[in-house]
Amino acid sequence: MITRIKYTLAAPAIALLAAVIFSSVVLLATGVSPIEAFSNMAEYGSRGVTLVAVLNRSIPFFISGIAVAIGFKMNLFNIGVEGQYILAAIVAAKVGSSVDLPAPLQITLILVTAMTVGALWSGLAGVMKTSRGVHEVISTIMLNAIAVAGVTAFLLRRWSVDGGSQSLETKLPEISESGWFPVLFTVDNGRVGLSSFIFVAIVVGVVFHFFVERTRWGYDLRATGISATSAESSGVNPKRTVILAMVLSGAIAGLVGMSELLTFEHNYNLRFVQGIGFTGIAVALLGRNNLAGIAVSAFVFAWLDVASGVLEVRGDAPRAVVGLMTGVVILAAVIAYAVMERKRAEEELRTASEAIEEVST
Amino acid sequence: MSTLAVELEGITKRFPGVIANDKVGLRVEDGEIHAICGENGAGKSTLMKILYGMQPADEGVMKVRGEEIVLRSPTEAIALGIGMVHQHFMLADNLTVLENIILGAEPARSGVIDFKKAHEDITRLASDYGLNVELDDLVETLEVGERQRVEIIKVLYRGAKILILDEPTAVLVPHEVEALFQNMRELKAQGHTIMFIDHKLSEVLEISDSITVIRRGKTVATVKPEDVTARDLAELMVGSELPDPGTQLATVTDKVVLDLTGVTTVGPDGRDIVKNVSFSIHAGEIVGVAGVEGNGQGELVEAVLGINPIEKGKVLFNGEDATDWKVRRSREAGMGYIPEDRQRRGLLLSAPLWENDMLGHQTLAPFIERGFWIDPDAARRHTEEVIDKFDVRTPNALVSAHALSGGNQQKLIVGSQMSGDISLLLAAHPTAGIDVGAQAAVWEDLRTARAAGLAVMLISADLDELIGLSDRLLVMFHGEIVAELDPAKVTPRELGSYMTGASAQGDHS
Amino acid sequence: MTSTEAETQGRFNLKKSRSVRFTLIGVAGVFLLAITQELAKNPTSDITSSGTWSIAVAWSIPILMAGLGGIFSERAGVVNIGLEGMMIVGTWAGAVGTILVDPWFGLVLAAAAGALGGLIMAVATVSFQVDHIIAGVAINVLAVATRYGSDLFFPSHGGSITQSPTLTAPASFDVPLLGTMFRSIEDKEWLFFSDLAGILGGFVIHTTWFTLFLIALVPFSTWLLWKTAFGLRLRSAGEHPVAADSLGVNVYKYKYYGVVISGALAGVGGGFLSVVLTGIYKEGQTVGKGFIGLATMLFGNYHPVGTAGGALLFGFAETLRLRDPAAPHGLILGIAIVLGLALLYYIIKRNWKRVTVVGRTRLRLR
Repeated sequence: MITRIKYTLAAPAIALLAAVIFSSVVLLATGVSPIEAFSNMAEYGSRGVTLVAVLNRSIPFFISGIAVAIGFKMNLFNIGVEGQYILAAIVAAKVGSSVDLPAPLQITLILVTAMTVGALWSGLAGVMKTSRGVHEVISTIMLNAIAVAGVTAFLLRRWSVDGGSQSLETKLPEISESGWFPVLFTVDNGRVGLSSFIFVAIVVGVVFHFFVERTRWGYDLRATGISATSAESSGVNPKRTVILAMVLSGAIAGLVGMSELLTFEHNYNLRFVQGIGFTGIAVALLGRNNLAGIAVSAFVFAWLDVASGVLEVRGDAPRAVVGLMTGVVILAAVIAYAVMERKRAEEELRTASEAIEEVST
Repeated sequence: MSTLAVELEGITKRFPGVIANDKVGLRVEDGEIHAICGENGAGKSTLMKILYGMQPADEGVMKVRGEEIVLRSPTEAIALGIGMVHQHFMLADNLTVLENIILGAEPARSGVIDFKKAHEDITRLASDYGLNVELDDLVETLEVGERQRVEIIKVLYRGAKILILDEPTAVLVPHEVEALFQNMRELKAQGHTIMFIDHKLSEVLEISDSITVIRRGKTVATVKPEDVTARDLAELMVGSELPDPGTQLATVTDKVVLDLTGVTTVGPDGRDIVKNVSFSIHAGEIVGVAGVEGNGQGELVEAVLGINPIEKGKVLFNGEDATDWKVRRSREAGMGYIPEDRQRRGLLLSAPLWENDMLGHQTLAPFIERGFWIDPDAARRHTEEVIDKFDVRTPNALVSAHALSGGNQQKLIVGSQMSGDISLLLAAHPTAGIDVGAQAAVWEDLRTARAAGLAVMLISADLDELIGLSDRLLVMFHGEIVAELDPAKVTPRELGSYMTGASAQGDHS
Repeated sequence: MTSTEAETQGRFNLKKSRSVRFTLIGVAGVFLLAITQELAKNPTSDITSSGTWSIAVAWSIPILMAGLGGIFSERAGVVNIGLEGMMIVGTWAGAVGTILVDPWFGLVLAAAAGALGGLIMAVATVSFQVDHIIAGVAINVLAVATRYGSDLFFPSHGGSITQSPTLTAPASFDVPLLGTMFRSIEDKEWLFFSDLAGILGGFVIHTTWFTLFLIALVPFSTWLLWKTAFGLRLRSAGEHPVAADSLGVNVYKYKYYGVVISGALAGVGGGFLSVVLTGIYKEGQTVGKGFIGLATMLFGNYHPVGTAGGALLFGFAETLRLRDPAAPHGLILGIAIVLGLALLYYIIKRNWKRVTVVGRTRLRLR
């Protein structure tokens, strides 16, 4: 147990260290003092106003990470969270702006719509895999392209308030106010507020954790991920499990854009936030697919993203150094995890055989 | 006076807990076809792998054409003119026949392959030996027999004079076997030496010049085919003495637990794998199914459990029609399963032991409460009981399954499967590849469970195990049950000849 | 056997390769459909003009390079999702090289940057045995770091943090003889023939040395993979690493070659995009062309010629978008669906062997 924890923590630590060292070297090489840059980031990043912004940013990162992690739990790569959440957002925005129900119903309707759209879109990849053997990586990449460049662009023109002009202001009608999520409190004279969607994120995280770790369906999922053949012999229906995992992953992916849409934007427009689906993959990878890990790594990525702003403002170092750090963290993390996993297995083997020696002597 | 092509002396190879080859000797004369016979697990393949440089021997001397050699890799064996055709072909499906043959030894001018030369050379080689293949076809499109010819050409192209064929007939249909034998005769006529592994005795007698029989890692005898009959050979393979079934009290009751009627299953290629099998197992009875590997026993178990569908026939389990049950239903109704390939079918290697214990019981108490909620504490306690009761050597129930030795993994599976509320245990090779101590423990567990009223279907290649445990012995050959025998009375000769198809019940009394 | 010998000596045989044939038919079908629809609506349309088609050819190059890159990697048994990232660093390095020296140097630098990405990918997947998809995703994330380089370099050279200054465009020209010939046929306005000449003219009119050179990589890759010992060994490392190893092929080495070449091709595709095609580096300008390249590779069934067909399809769609930004979304969608269906078809036929079986095969050498 201790072995397990030790090696699980060692890898992200090594990865973060590698990222700090590597970016320090780069900063030094380009004539910037890394100590100054990092301490500025830390100072700015620990202010209340920054932390609120970071939390707001963490919400979609976290949900996206959870969506990806459900797939990872059974060795499925849902690269399609990106397309799923964008498509879900536009459809949910349309539904939310078309009806005006009392708040609880309105919110439920919007969220259920988003989850359904996400689930259907990723379920498609699941069905393609089980019925035709199409690898989910390829189908979800294709579905991303179709969702983002095709369907969403088409729907945006179709549903936009100004009837499809190409201006940057192209947007859908505003969602009825009963569907909005309030901000919990504001800081910096009301400029930044924390989205109450954070509660939805917490619920999603907790449900994810208990579903995967503590229910028999979650067990089936994990067992299939470890050994599809062993799982099959134990009574798991592999095809059904693949579809279940994809549908669940897509349903959660559907929620990724909701925080932004329902708290801040209130309509779907051309500038709607993109790329969170891919960040989610990084979050899940660094977070090792478990609740705490995903929460921490969502926060880390969000913090880097937000706090890096100070570098630019102060002119110390290019903000883009954060992009560099993010990349190195991920790459170092995946390699470190692969190495640590092997080391852990070796050590466990050794301790187990020592235990046997003790028993037999 | 003929010379020896290959001479092996005192070859010993140990794997953890098992001695695969125990001072094996082998003398193969130049230009002969030499068969190596033995049961599954007798150590034939290991011996051939040693000769081909794939595994180093722990002890012993190898001589090729009188010269002592040490092999570190197949490449070195190839350089000495030794070539091997593996049972599972080493051919890339999406490359052409020609590409597969020349790979690694391409005739090329400054990196550009000289296809004309390759074509000519291989065509000449193939026609010299009567090995017909279409060089430009993708291997993917070839029949098994053609693939085998490609493999043979591949070793000949590299200049092999000594050919090792690992169970070449196992994958072939009869007319392909005939063609293979024709090729072998041609090769011999041109001065090649052929060693091949086989356990179909009629084939061995037909083609070989000499036969060496290996049993339990030891050379039993080398004989000439004209001096022996198939039954003599069967006896040599199985051994002159069968283990004593022991004085066990019969615990068979008259309650039928499993009843099969005319069960037939079909393989992916559409051929029948299990053919019209009917028998029943009672509570408190162990029914052993003997047979050479690949005669449908594994598929039979998988069909009963519900992994593979049953094409025709009927399965009754405790009186209920279980023909179309899926695995989960079978499990919930009380079937336990000890799979043949424990790592692929019975374990989650990177998961802790208690989750492995839960495998196959993940819908049942004590692992599950309120229908779907996992109870990790109860599960852990259950696993600790299994660990205690079945003597699984492990620090605790939280280590991963891959930290355990094979024997302990197996004890965990056996314990886990038998500690549930089951009335039928499907046990496939329950002691394969585990050490002697663990083996004895598993046997004892099976006997105890049987006494407690469990019905067991036992598949094994280990005759000690089958005869020592079974109340009744069935023999499967080519998917059919060819004999039902009394383990207390059966002779090795009898059992061997049924298993190898040398006789079928009816022409034997 | 001798009669078929000349025809089939390891040479790529169009007749035997059903999938490539289907691809070509499929591509031609979609083109035809789109073109006839357009011509029916508007007989004076320039949809078959050599001008349109030279743009289509040029826009298909980056996708083609990614696709070829995918082939090298995949044939060596590594699924390369990182192509997109390698392409991104290619666009950047191409611009930098062009500013520093000239477009030729830009493309060389682009190839080198992409190859570096490939090398990182190879270290992760082959040496450390990280899952291919995970490593590829990590490479794509890492590529975002190019912004740091942009920040350092472009502002001081007349650009900004997210884009380069306008780059010196390489000279374009008509290929002698062929160009004149197609142009004159096109001008005759003969039904069909002029249209066909327009399409073919797209390959030789208003082109650059870069374009011609990169198009030449299609036959070159085919030759390299199917006619040389290097190609055979590389393919064997992907198809059946254990068999290759048993015949003395150094599987690791060939996997490295495959992935590094893959990166270099994707990088050069990116360089072409920024240096030749748009004349400017802009952050995010690849918009998934690496992934689309991967899709065209599947479409072309892991063969350069089929992949080129798929790339041309996307290049053509891109051209239509450039011509009339309002029209094409439906068309892109249609093409994507056609592509998806074609993909399904192949997968039923070939059941996705290479990626799922070989691609994920972790080498288990003795």
